[in-house]
Amino acid sequence: LINLNDAPVSPAFSESRISSWGRINRRSQIVASPRFCDELPSLIVGTSTIESRLAVGLRRSYGDSCLNGPGLIIDMTGMDRFIEFDVASGRLRAESGVTLRQILAVTVPHGWFLPTTPGTQFVTLGGAVANDVHGKNHHRAGTFGCHVLAVGLLRSDNVSNIATISPHAEPELYAATIGGLGLTGIIVWVEIQLSRVSSAYLDVETLFYMNLNEFWAIASESAEKFEHTVAWFDCCESGEKLGRGIFSRANWRQDRQFTKVDRRVRLSIPVDVPNFILNSTSVSTFNALYFLRNKTMAGVKRQHYSSFLFPLDAVSNWNRLYGNLGFYQYQCVVPFDASRIAVTALLEEVVRSRQASFLTVIKTFGERSSPGLLSFPRPGVTLALDFPNRGRKTLTVMSRLDAIVREAGGALYPAKDGRMPKDMFQHSFPKWAEFKKFKDPAMSSDLWRRVE
Amino acid sequence: MSVSGRRIVILGATSAIAEKAARIWAREGAQIVLVARDDSRVNALAADLRILGALEAHPVALDCAVVDPTIELPRMVDKLGGLDTLLLAYGKLGDQRQLLSDQAAVLELIRTNFESASAWCLATATILTRQRFGVLIVIGSVAGDRGRKSNYVYGACKAGLACVVEGIAHQLARTGAQAVIVKPGLVDTPMTAAFKKGFLWAKPDTVAKAITKVAINRTPIVYSPWYWRFIMIIIRHLPNFVFNRLDI
Repeated sequence: LINLNDAPVSPAFSESRISSWGRINRRSQIVASPRFCDELPSLIVGTSTIESRLAVGLRRSYGDSCLNGPGLIIDMTGMDRFIEFDVASGRLRAESGVTLRQILAVTVPHGWFLPTTPGTQFVTLGGAVANDVHGKNHHRAGTFGCHVLAVGLLRSDNVSNIATISPHAEPELYAATIGGLGLTGIIVWVEIQLSRVSSAYLDVETLFYMNLNEFWAIASESAEKFEHTVAWFDCCESGEKLGRGIFSRANWRQDRQFTKVDRRVRLSIPVDVPNFILNSTSVSTFNALYFLRNKTMAGVKRQHYSSFLFPLDAVSNWNRLYGNLGFYQYQCVVPFDASRIAVTALLEEVVRSRQASFLTVIKTFGERSSPGLLSFPRPGVTLALDFPNRGRKTLTVMSRLDAIVREAGGALYPAKDGRMPKDMFQHSFPKWAEFKKFKDPAMSSDLWRRVE
Repeated sequence: MSVSGRRIVILGATSAIAEKAARIWAREGAQIVLVARDDSRVNALAADLRILGALEAHPVALDCAVVDPTIELPRMVDKLGGLDTLLLAYGKLGDQRQLLSDQAAVLELIRTNFESASAWCLATATILTRQRFGVLIVIGSVAGDRGRKSNYVYGACKAGLACVVEGIAHQLARTGAQAVIVKPGLVDTPMTAAFKKGFLWAKPDTVAKAITKVAINRTPIVYSPWYWRFIMIIIRHLPNFVFNRLDI
């Protein structure tokens, strides 16, 4: 019944089965869970028994960028304290394990919002920096890293000192750390510049389009007038209806309503859904229903930021819908000049494969460039797809997509990736060799060993 | 008159459960004195709680197991201008197997977990008796409900402490003040990081919520999560011929 007899290996460590959000790799791994800064130096110094370390947050990355098979995982979620918040200027400094949800709960009542957010608020501040995340407002705000004023970084070559790095202090190390996949050291704290908002609500306009041409027209018209834009594709329709979908665009309201609480009921998927439930019939039915439902509800409505920006947060563990085999995400970006041809080709390939499911999302990135050496967003169009893991069949589809992305001169998003070939990584992140100079030799990850 | 929040002293503020409770109180605008051994840790806590909404957060770095509560507690209460709640959350788990061969370590564990904690409880009781309001909340353990070979030294400290708190609750019964011992079951904290976790393990947040609600319920013994009350009824009443076969 109660087993309290296991002798502690060492107080800060435990062994647990961990996985990333895609749940394809699940294995037992040594995990250290520090809660205070003073515990970190002993975790990062080299010992002969530990091959490498990786500091991770909530492990919302889909593939293997947040796993470190043979090494140690340093779970930073216990270091989740605010350090300083200047309500007048909107500068916020917090430990890296603070989640975006915790931040918004504190800052929104004061009229401050994160400069940009990914599709979930269940990521840590450190993870947002390490993956240089982007959001629906990339065309205006750029990436998360564009707003990072300073980072406290602990490196194995100087464990007695948490170095403050910024665009002014050690700018190269700073640039390597933004989007640096946690490989330049332990991100201990982060200081960011928040953005002013006049409400916790947005006016969200939903439009539908029947094909790709209509999509491009709406996309180009929306970028200028709207802070947030994003679109969803029905990835089961081909021919004339290829690329039909729903476009959402939104601007912050000015009504000074700062209700911070997310009043939605949080559902939870208690167990893995059996693998056969997600098949081409159920997926195409879902896609068609989703399209029709949003089509009939097209128009403008007032929405709280949590339901507009973080729709999937309403269902915790939604990754269990993909069954116990897990799933892959595939997110690419292709430059503007090649985007129309490439997006058509990608969608045709996806529809033909009958493998994708329901989270097919497209978004235009803007021109604002990130300081990060390994940053993924670049001017162009980004397309994200999800594939339930069906083994070799799924991998084959993704390598066909790779060919289209390469041809277009595009890149894949490391935070979503669990399989991109080494040459593709090195080709699409040309600064990787420069990045390597700043990598902390004590840190590594499954992804890094694969692509280096 | 200045606006004031609930006035709270937390002993062992850096413990995972205490920190979660402190955050709940901070969001309600409490005034908090945070006591723990490590200066930088308790300062980090105080900064966080202020940003979360605490009206005041005073870091105090001292070792509760060493100092004299009859001197230190009134100082803390002075900082707040009164005392509504005192949460005693410090304690050491100790390794039972190591304790069997190290008498000094046993005495040290008893001194920290029972002697010094009792002294803080009594010092608090004096204040509560006088002012006739306020709550003493002490974190105990289900380990104190029946001596088990796996951790009976720790369990004995918590059992003794539970008796002290029950006595204080009795003493305060006809005043507006109260005393409560909260007995967590298995909680996933740094104290238990090395244990294998099964379905019975609770998060510190769950226990923290129970702690912040005790003042409403007015019972001197609270189990958290609640089902531990029933688990421990069973364990206490197991006949020896069954109990002796269990490896717990």
